[in-house]
Amino acid sequence: MTRPLVPLLAALALFLPGLVLSQTQMRGGFDSAQTPSAPRTEQVVAGISQDDVHITTNFDGSDIIIYGAIKRETPIPPGEPLDVIVAVQGPAKSVTIRRKEQRFGVWVNTDSVSIGAAPDFYVVATTRPLDRILPPEQDARHRVSIPQAVRAFAGALTVSDAVPFTEALLRLREQAGLYRLDEGVVTLVEQTLFRADVRMPANVVEGIYSARILLLRDGEVIDTYRAPIEVRKVGLERWLYHMALEQPFIYGIMSLAIAIAAGWLASAAFRGLKRG
Amino acid sequence: MQIYLPIAEVVVNALTLIGLGGIVGLMSGLFGVGGGFLITPLLFFIGIPPAIAVATGANQVVASSFSGVLAHLKRKTVDFRMGGVLLAGGVVGSSLGVWAFNILSRMGQVDLVVQLCYVIFLGLIGAMMLQESLRAIRRAKGGPIKPVRRNQHVWVHRWPGKMKFRASGLYISAIPPLLVGAAVGVLGAIMGVGGGFIMVPAMIYLLGMPTKVVIGTSLYQITFLSAYTTLMHAISSNTVDIMLAVLLIIGGVVGAQIGVGLGARLRAEQLRILMALLVLAVCGKLAFDLFVTPDDLYSITPGIIG
Repeated sequence: MTRPLVPLLAALALFLPGLVLSQTQMRGGFDSAQTPSAPRTEQVVAGISQDDVHITTNFDGSDIIIYGAIKRETPIPPGEPLDVIVAVQGPAKSVTIRRKEQRFGVWVNTDSVSIGAAPDFYVVATTRPLDRILPPEQDARHRVSIPQAVRAFAGALTVSDAVPFTEALLRLREQAGLYRLDEGVVTLVEQTLFRADVRMPANVVEGIYSARILLLRDGEVIDTYRAPIEVRKVGLERWLYHMALEQPFIYGIMSLAIAIAAGWLASAAFRGLKRG
Repeated sequence: MQIYLPIAEVVVNALTLIGLGGIVGLMSGLFGVGGGFLITPLLFFIGIPPAIAVATGANQVVASSFSGVLAHLKRKTVDFRMGGVLLAGGVVGSSLGVWAFNILSRMGQVDLVVQLCYVIFLGLIGAMMLQESLRAIRRAKGGPIKPVRRNQHVWVHRWPGKMKFRASGLYISAIPPLLVGAAVGVLGAIMGVGGGFIMVPAMIYLLGMPTKVVIGTSLYQITFLSAYTTLMHAISSNTVDIMLAVLLIIGGVVGAQIGVGLGARLRAEQLRILMALLVLAVCGKLAFDLFVTPDDLYSITPGIIG
């Protein structure tokens, strides 16, 4: 295990200049949780530049670098080259989609459809166009493309009327940059080293995200790898957010205290200015 | 300077918010209005979700009205008894308003109702202010003066439950002030405003209170009522964003001081016309948004709504 890794690490260090990896990050990254199945000739070993994204006061998005290498004991098989898909998915939450209709000239929300769970964030990054490397039956099995991944959660939405609503969910989230298909952004060198830069926008919510890496050859998924990424509010943001939800009364009193103190200060300062 | 608001979960420019608070504070310093009725729709325009804008607006009103009431306490122009009766009505009204607000937001109609309320009230107030200031200019130019006679004993004063309001020099039924308080409470909770712009005319024309105690008493009642509304919103729907409130308050406090200073030097009539036009412009923009075809007919809200 360790011997074939050494040249890989050296190559990785060359491939990612400037990226300092601590020993702990390394351990977390390479602790691949693979299910033992048929003997594979090619396996993913991967790491994530940041397995902990912090939302702070001046948070305006974050770039996560997911990198790794293909471990193989045999020479590179001939034929179609290898492809890599990286999918980062946010926590799933229930949503309601509403449609507006014009009533008496005014636009009013009328019909609505609720979905039990839909991911807040979903990005697929690939080496080549998704429809050329992933056949539909593989997509349906591994739930990779955006509609498949969202439908996996939506579940029993067989009502035909619901289709425009789920389409609207995909469209609105795509417009907000929360659902994204980044084709060709995964760079793969010598069918061995890969790297994907996944941009998380400023409007992400907190929770446990998961990064999935799929290895494809000839339209077949030959290996998968999964790692969690924790996105959370930190510091003041976290404290305020949790207080507002868990102790709303104290939070409300605190908001009022701040307002009253500000009002008093303003009046005192004004008096001081008038006198001075 | 971009800043992430923890409750609204949006990223906005902190300077925009301080500026917004400043402009509204300037208005309140110049014209003696709370400014809540301007700050909430302006927050809609910059993309703050309406529920958060309304609840946080109420919090901002606490700061501005508290600062005002301190000045009036010093001048002894607060009728505590009247304020108390108005407040009792207001608490009932505010509870009703917060309850209605939660039902409306579950039905997905809260944005519409809040915007409709704003269109109606901003339209009315803008028109009234414009008319008033045009009349004032005419008067200043030596036009005909129409004396406004205040009806000291309106029919509502003969209702049962009479109370003495010494500071206002009134001996009237407690029911009209209770009703005025309740109406303002409902509006305050739904629109995120103090309601001074409704209460002041109601106190003068409906209750017949002397003008010198009207502003102080109104501010006194609004301070407590907005505090109550803020707390209710924080508890029932977790929609008060403290970070947003602090930025607005900082801007508002500074703006108000500048406004008071400017107000002493500038000619009030022309400014009042500008203010009226601004109110009408905000009203027009909100009304336009109601009728124009939205960019997308679909919208997403978190949670399952039955």
